[in-house]
Amino acid sequence: MHIEARNLNKSFGSFHAVRDVSFQVEKGRLVGLLGPSGGGKTSILRLLSGLERPDSGDLFFDGKLATPLSVQERSIGFVFQNYALFKHMTVFDNIAYGLKVKKKPKAFIRERVSYLVELMGLAGHERKYPQQLSGGQRQRVAFARALAPEPQLLLLDEPFAAIDAKIRKELRLWLRNLIDEFKVTTIFVTHDQDEAIEVADEIIIVQQGKVEQQGTPWEIYTSPASPFVASFIGESNVLAKPVELRGFPELADHQANGEWLPGVSVLIRPEAIEVRPADTTYLATAGEPGRVTRTHFRGDSWYLEIDTGKLQLFAYQSTKERPFQPGDEVNILIHQMALFTPGQSRMLENRAKEDPLPIFI
Amino acid sequence: MKRLLIVIAFLIVFLLIALPFIGIAVGAFEQGAGPFWKALVRPEALHAMYLSLLIVVIVTALNAIVGVYLSLELVRGTWIARRIKPVVNALIDLPFAVSPVIAGLMIILLFGPDSLVGAFFEGHGAKIVYAVPGMVIATLFITFPLMVREVVPLLQEIGEQSEEASKTLGAGAWRTFFQITWPSIRWGVVYGLVLTIARSLGEFGSILVVSGNILGKTQTATTLVYEDAENFDLVAANSVAFVLGVISIAILLCLEWMKKRKEAHMHAH
Repeated sequence: MHIEARNLNKSFGSFHAVRDVSFQVEKGRLVGLLGPSGGGKTSILRLLSGLERPDSGDLFFDGKLATPLSVQERSIGFVFQNYALFKHMTVFDNIAYGLKVKKKPKAFIRERVSYLVELMGLAGHERKYPQQLSGGQRQRVAFARALAPEPQLLLLDEPFAAIDAKIRKELRLWLRNLIDEFKVTTIFVTHDQDEAIEVADEIIIVQQGKVEQQGTPWEIYTSPASPFVASFIGESNVLAKPVELRGFPELADHQANGEWLPGVSVLIRPEAIEVRPADTTYLATAGEPGRVTRTHFRGDSWYLEIDTGKLQLFAYQSTKERPFQPGDEVNILIHQMALFTPGQSRMLENRAKEDPLPIFI
Repeated sequence: MKRLLIVIAFLIVFLLIALPFIGIAVGAFEQGAGPFWKALVRPEALHAMYLSLLIVVIVTALNAIVGVYLSLELVRGTWIARRIKPVVNALIDLPFAVSPVIAGLMIILLFGPDSLVGAFFEGHGAKIVYAVPGMVIATLFITFPLMVREVVPLLQEIGEQSEEASKTLGAGAWRTFFQITWPSIRWGVVYGLVLTIARSLGEFGSILVVSGNILGKTQTATTLVYEDAENFDLVAANSVAFVLGVISIAILLCLEWMKKRKEAHMHAH
């Protein structure tokens, strides 16, 4: 089902939870609503489900006005954060509930439930009660229950929040495959950026009740629309004060008296910083000299803290290279940085890399 | 010291609870089973017990429906504004705080023949005060908090999400209530019902005021005991009191049994 939200607003008392939210979701897509806790993601999800009514604004399902439809009429599946399984019903009855409501024939219900039980890897647990299942099993029951009546829109509220970190990573792939199998438009809420980036076709960044940006994980990661998105997705070095950096002459246009102009912020992703030995010969003049102040082992990489005299940066170094030690003199090459000015965001490339004065050896 | 306290505790239980009941039992059978039985089958005794039963049935049924509905609205309802909810919440406990005699008096003032409402109903041939409707209202007032106070905490504890899940699966309000909410609050409702039955069977003060205690018309079992005692017909008073006591004990035992049942039910899965 194609989903469109137009200028949704919702307040709870004096708290304006959803502000002028508009977005569209193509049929069959898996979309992540990502943002900090308390940012209105769950409220948006509940507005889509019909569990909450918007104060103003409209919803369109497949182009048709859906705002006045009740929860029951929207043909949605909703997976709650803590699953909200029916405690007094067996796994079978939980999954069959939506089908019984739709008055499907008994034989059909049995067939559909056994198909889902099989698919979810719950075979043999049909007669158990939710309390007798593990967290992961409960979650799969919740998915099966939501999917049983073949919803047109699947809404997931922090589906993995209550699961151990290790299993959570495995479940991302599982969710992706599940949605591909059912081809149902899915919107899920998460505050975990890795989860959103890995699973979603598209991400909608929500902050303080507003949509900050919508796009593919790639677009959002590589061209964030606002400093908030840039700092929320991935990691960033924030340049608090203007500094002169080799290869980025544009920075000079956005400062005055040692301060950034109002609304200007500059961020550098750690992966855009290449840390080289001080005696490097490759594009040495495009880099800044600096000194390693601290190193931290991160399992798959070294986390380096570097002081260039003008600013402190952090960057990563592959464990395959010879590790730097605190105190080592280094040359850091900043490949690119994000510049945000009011109403505009740009990626600045290091101009010195083009080396206007090539040195011939 | 500890032993002394135990002895005192048991002594108090014996003196205050067991002894009076034994006294009633002895009093009832003082002259053998014959007078006991005769006291019970007096027309006024039969009528009083019938009336008590009638009030218990009506009040319990009303309290079940209204109490559960009000609990649902108090916990889940959105139409009651947040600021009004604490007020309603406090109002529900009012009958606990108000003396039953005063409760009866309020009903007379409100529905009595001299009041606007009372005159209206009387004009349409329906007496409220000094008749069964008034007695039902009085008992309902007294027992009202029992059901709500049982059900509200349960509803708060189970939360709203299962009900919301039911709605997202297409179920309407009735189906959601009977299939999802009801199984979770069932034992609380039963518990509330038992308390309501016990309380309304034993209600005296408000009934005495509201009913006018008209022999064979508005006399209940408890007011009959009172009248018999006033008339120094102690065997009759003790006999009816004994029956009421036995019923109350049976109800409380039933309650204990259900409590165990509820616990067993909760730990079953």
